[in-house]
Amino acid sequence: MKRALSLIGAAVAAFLGSSAQAETLSIATVNNGDMIRMQKLSEHFTKAHPDITLNWVTLEENVLRQRVTTDIAAKGGQYDIMTIGTYEVPIWTKQKWLMPLTKLGANYDVEDLLPSIRNGLTTDGTLYAAPFYGESSMVMYRKDLFEKAGLTMPEAPTWAFVSDAARKLTDKKAEVYGICLRGKAGWGENMAFLSAMANSFGASWFDMNWKPQFNTDPWKQTLTTYLGLMKDAGPPGASSNGFNENLALFQSGKCAMWIDATVAASFVSNPAQSKVADKVGYALAPDTGLGKRSNWLWAWSLGIPASSKKGDAAQAFIAWATSKEYLDLVAKEEGWANVPPGTRSSLYANPEYRKAAPFADLTLKSIQAADPQHPTVQPVPYTGVQFVAIPEFQGIGTAVGQAFSAALAGQTTADQALQTAQTLATREMTKAGYIK
Amino acid sequence: MARAATNRRMLVVTLIAWTVGIVIFFPILWTALTSFKTEAEAVAAPPTFLAFHWTLENYAEVQQRSDYFLHFWNSVVISVGSTLLGLLVAVPAAWSMAFVPGKRTRDVLMWMLSTKMLPPVGVLIPIYLLFRDFGLLDSRIGLVIVLTLINLPIIVWMLFTYFREIPGEILEASRMDGAGLRDEILFVLLPMAVPGIASTLLLNIILAWNEAFWTLNLSASQSAPLTAFIASYSSPEGLFYAKLSAASTMAVAPILVLGWFSQKQLVRGLTFGAVK
Repeated sequence: MKRALSLIGAAVAAFLGSSAQAETLSIATVNNGDMIRMQKLSEHFTKAHPDITLNWVTLEENVLRQRVTTDIAAKGGQYDIMTIGTYEVPIWTKQKWLMPLTKLGANYDVEDLLPSIRNGLTTDGTLYAAPFYGESSMVMYRKDLFEKAGLTMPEAPTWAFVSDAARKLTDKKAEVYGICLRGKAGWGENMAFLSAMANSFGASWFDMNWKPQFNTDPWKQTLTTYLGLMKDAGPPGASSNGFNENLALFQSGKCAMWIDATVAASFVSNPAQSKVADKVGYALAPDTGLGKRSNWLWAWSLGIPASSKKGDAAQAFIAWATSKEYLDLVAKEEGWANVPPGTRSSLYANPEYRKAAPFADLTLKSIQAADPQHPTVQPVPYTGVQFVAIPEFQGIGTAVGQAFSAALAGQTTADQALQTAQTLATREMTKAGYIK
Repeated sequence: MARAATNRRMLVVTLIAWTVGIVIFFPILWTALTSFKTEAEAVAAPPTFLAFHWTLENYAEVQQRSDYFLHFWNSVVISVGSTLLGLLVAVPAAWSMAFVPGKRTRDVLMWMLSTKMLPPVGVLIPIYLLFRDFGLLDSRIGLVIVLTLINLPIIVWMLFTYFREIPGEILEASRMDGAGLRDEILFVLLPMAVPGIASTLLLNIILAWNEAFWTLNLSASQSAPLTAFIASYSSPEGLFYAKLSAASTMAVAPILVLGWFSQKQLVRGLTFGAVK
């Protein structure tokens, strides 16, 4: 009897032991090519870690942001790994919502992560999220149209050149527009582009006292340049165009230039998707000679909620997904062109990658040109290139975006839009306690 | 002469009805067509209507990437469960409001309706915290409860409107014949209100099936219904319209079929009492 009992006890202990070891990680992620590829390749991770199983929750970017923010703020514990952007990381770290990534392993090589990306994810020398892929923005242009018009795109153009070229290249009868830019309202839509553009004109969101700056000359120059350019050389209905709409326009040959995320380069140069795949050239985002270019910086990164009880397993997964070995794995299984870009210096030193991705050099230069710690010409109290890393920014950014989008649609003038932006930003910043 | 005029009127009305029908149905048709295109053809300008290279690759990809049947089953459980639970509460409530109204019945009805005017996001955090503490996050039972509460005002209002059309004398007569409250509701009221109850049931299943705020915010992987399945194919950075269309077609197909088969019942129930 005693023996039987001890056998049952041992069996129960073994069962409990094994169930305690087997861990299921819930991973919340966005829907894009690189993330879906990670999901497909994750069987390599689970093979190497048979005690860990993975549950994927893929959501549209804005839905995901709302979902994971609610969960981490309420300590819901629904996710062990969250895909978050460079906007969330500094805010969440300040709130102590994220677990420091101190167990990524000896082979992880943190130093290999691109400094501008790494700095945005680091607080007090500790990494709080690991970058999965990074992006900046750049000019994509039609080499054939430039050649036909007798124009040569410099590697680092100015806004004056881009504006002039866009007007010359516009042929509205043939439905070819000189430039396609974002117009759809949203802090991550038109305001991502316009905030970065404003940086190159010497404008900023706030001064050192958090006072909004929309009533200054640099902002006026930014908005009038943008609106004038879009009126003369932009596609019709541009106030509802975001990344996808402009991508569709560019791919079908209707844009001579498009300034947007570097990740677009792999789409527009893919003959399976793009009619102009062999005619695309790349250049750095324009500037006005003030020392800042109009390119942004973003990295989708993997972080762990501080309350997670599966921190070790989650860190093991993050170390795998953001490692150099993962890049090699993607290259082996799906080809070098499909490797997630913009996170590791070693990738840009790899000749095979540079051969497969002709836009690699400019992507790297664009990422290096953006400095989230010092994003503007004048000193500012915030970090972030195309956003301001404060919780209030999503609301203010979208409201300002709506004012600018209305100006693009012709409902208001540039001055009225700037006045609206100044008023509402001042009100919100005062309410939030930034302006005393 | 009069007949010719009537015929002409009929023709015009028929034409208008067909036009309105086609306009309303067109987005669904376009989604279904796009789901058979390649990603490049899905965004081609000018768009192709039928003369494109038909492919099933999007459906194959969606099947490979997602567990459609898990999401489908979650949608069925959540929408049917919340509707049945709602009816269980709403039938007695609507009975009392229709047949034994008190001084405050009208206010209660208006108050119930007013809860629908609150933006749901306003109560997201309190509900989320309650769900966390009761262990209901990412559970089907949690979503059944929350959708019951969300749709209860509509169920009560619809049933109340139908019940009010039934003469109270009939119920009185059944009481005279010795029927208790339970028998009165079960054997006299409900059989007479079947069209109304059926349309309430169907409409609320459709509402719960399409509900995309709470089902997205309170589910993760285990209880995620088809709304989450669609959200996983939408992307602001990347053209995945064909795949998104395939996922959308798969998500709306069951409810479309249900609506198709029950349209007579639905229309009869919605116009119940309208001609009286």
